[in-house]
Amino acid sequence: MDHAVCLRLRNKGDMKKKSNFNRREFIQNGMRLTLLVAVGGVSGLSVIKATGKGDVWQIDPYKCTQCGRCATECVMTPSAVKCIHAYDVCGYCDLCGGYLKPGSNARSTAAENQLCPTAAITRKFIEEPYFEYVIDEDLCIGCAKCVKGCDSFGNSSLHLQIRHDLCLNCNQCSIARVCPGDAISRVPADQPYMIKGQYNPQE
Amino acid sequence: MRNKYLRIILLLLSLIITGELTAQNRFPKPEFESGYVQPSPTTPEPRAFAMEYFDVFILIAVLLLISYFIFRKRSRRGILWTSVFSLIYFGFYRNGCICSIGAIQNVTLTLADPNYGMSVVALLFFILPLVFALYTGRTFCAGACPLGAIQDLVVHKPIKLPVALQRGLGMIPYLYLGLAVLYAATGTDFIICRYDPFVGIFRMDAPFTMIVLGIGFLLVGIFVARPYCRFFCPYGVLLNWMSSFSRWHLTITPSECVSCKLCENSCPFDAIDIPDHSIQKKDVSKNVKRFLIFTLLIPIWMALGAWVGHQSHVFLSKGNSQVYLAELLISHPELKSDIDNLDIQAFLASGKSMDVLVEEASLIRNKFRIGSWILGAFIGLVFGIKLLKQFVYRKKEDYEPNKGECLSCGRCMDYCPVES
Repeated sequence: MDHAVCLRLRNKGDMKKKSNFNRREFIQNGMRLTLLVAVGGVSGLSVIKATGKGDVWQIDPYKCTQCGRCATECVMTPSAVKCIHAYDVCGYCDLCGGYLKPGSNARSTAAENQLCPTAAITRKFIEEPYFEYVIDEDLCIGCAKCVKGCDSFGNSSLHLQIRHDLCLNCNQCSIARVCPGDAISRVPADQPYMIKGQYNPQE
Repeated sequence: MRNKYLRIILLLLSLIITGELTAQNRFPKPEFESGYVQPSPTTPEPRAFAMEYFDVFILIAVLLLISYFIFRKRSRRGILWTSVFSLIYFGFYRNGCICSIGAIQNVTLTLADPNYGMSVVALLFFILPLVFALYTGRTFCAGACPLGAIQDLVVHKPIKLPVALQRGLGMIPYLYLGLAVLYAATGTDFIICRYDPFVGIFRMDAPFTMIVLGIGFLLVGIFVARPYCRFFCPYGVLLNWMSSFSRWHLTITPSECVSCKLCENSCPFDAIDIPDHSIQKKDVSKNVKRFLIFTLLIPIWMALGAWVGHQSHVFLSKGNSQVYLAELLISHPELKSDIDNLDIQAFLASGKSMDVLVEEASLIRNKFRIGSWILGAFIGLVFGIKLLKQFVYRKKEDYEPNKGECLSCGRCMDYCPVES
């Protein structure tokens, strides 16, 4: 008799435990399903607009104000922004506004007459009266001093671009955040450059 | 010399033809006679996008491997070495930039900004750890996250924090998550990425303050295990929700807990729930009353939070550069003549009118007003629920990991003397 009661009690206890367990499991399953639907919903809404190609940061040369922040604000030292030369637009001037300091009287290529703080621009004679200007990207720090000079006195063929072999493609470009001209934006990764002469701004 | 004259003539001709020259083409491109070949600018390609899918593959492989070590092998050593691999790959090799934590902001911006669509890879990095957490617990935290891995390696003498302090600090991630969503949704900034303390260490290059912050976190991490993960990480909030209802989860013991208490001090994160036999029946009825009172208090917390949020929206919106500029120009119009202020000078040169700027800024501020309101209510809700949880007792017989808080590092498994 005692044994039977004991058994029954144990059964009862087991059953109670089981039902309790089921209830907890039901809540757990329900919540898991709810969360799964939530994650699915968010990702579903996002995937409609998602791109399969990815994007990279680039400077629109027509919006750039040559403020000089590219040299200091990039997470890389030196900056992943370099000056590039759009030869298509260049006038091959003898008196280059991007190469020489504005006040320099003598057209001497001595260091004190050069605008570039790191002497990254080399000047090469082509034919009378034309000179070619080439930028050594290892020396360039992206300060945009030459860009400003070229923009003020020349064809504006020198301009800044983000070099994608150097750029870490941060989720939020730290230069873009402080760019006064809002010139830096995400562009499709299959068209990663905006080089003057090849790219025209869409107004 | 002939060319020089030709150039001047051409210049004059073009002046006559176009009437007014744009600033860009002052000097036409010369025609070379010496056979000079014009070079073209080099355009180094960005990292191939196929490689980004490889990153997704690595992430899935790491998550599966961690799950294998947790459920099959029960090996802390395996989890540790997997996390070292993640630290090297996602941290030092990928420079901490494809990151599930930061992807929160991309998802937010995608949903909020009609002109922005995130990359599929970033979306996968956002979803996969959450889905894994729903089924296996926080395996991402255990060994896939480089931020967690670097902190896990320095845990040396973990101290037990007072419960009240833990709960208080535990509110920060919710606030951080809310602010990150608010700032991303308004298109202001990605604060999670900007204040990531370890990314500077991964890149071996960062502003001085961020390096100090990163090293500070690691130094604190010697004694307070994984401080960023537990008290700051906004993605941890989402993973906590998922993991709380996970299908399977790491267990301390391979078969049945014998309550030997050996694991009690093994967890550096205080994430093991210790069975409490001291609850009296009398207390329970009192608790039901308290439970009801605190449930009713939740709307009051939410209203209070919403009010605080509403009050702070003007302050919060100053983080937006446009709002900041508009405010600056309204309060200090004399700054327009300050040639050293690059932002103001760029704005003046852009030819945008003041009215347009103010209108855009007030639109952004309006978004901040609504956003801060929701953020405040959300924080109130979380606070209310946290208070409520104090009165929820679940009868526990065994030592079990707290499914939400447990980072699945596997340390406790080594301490359990029970054999399977």
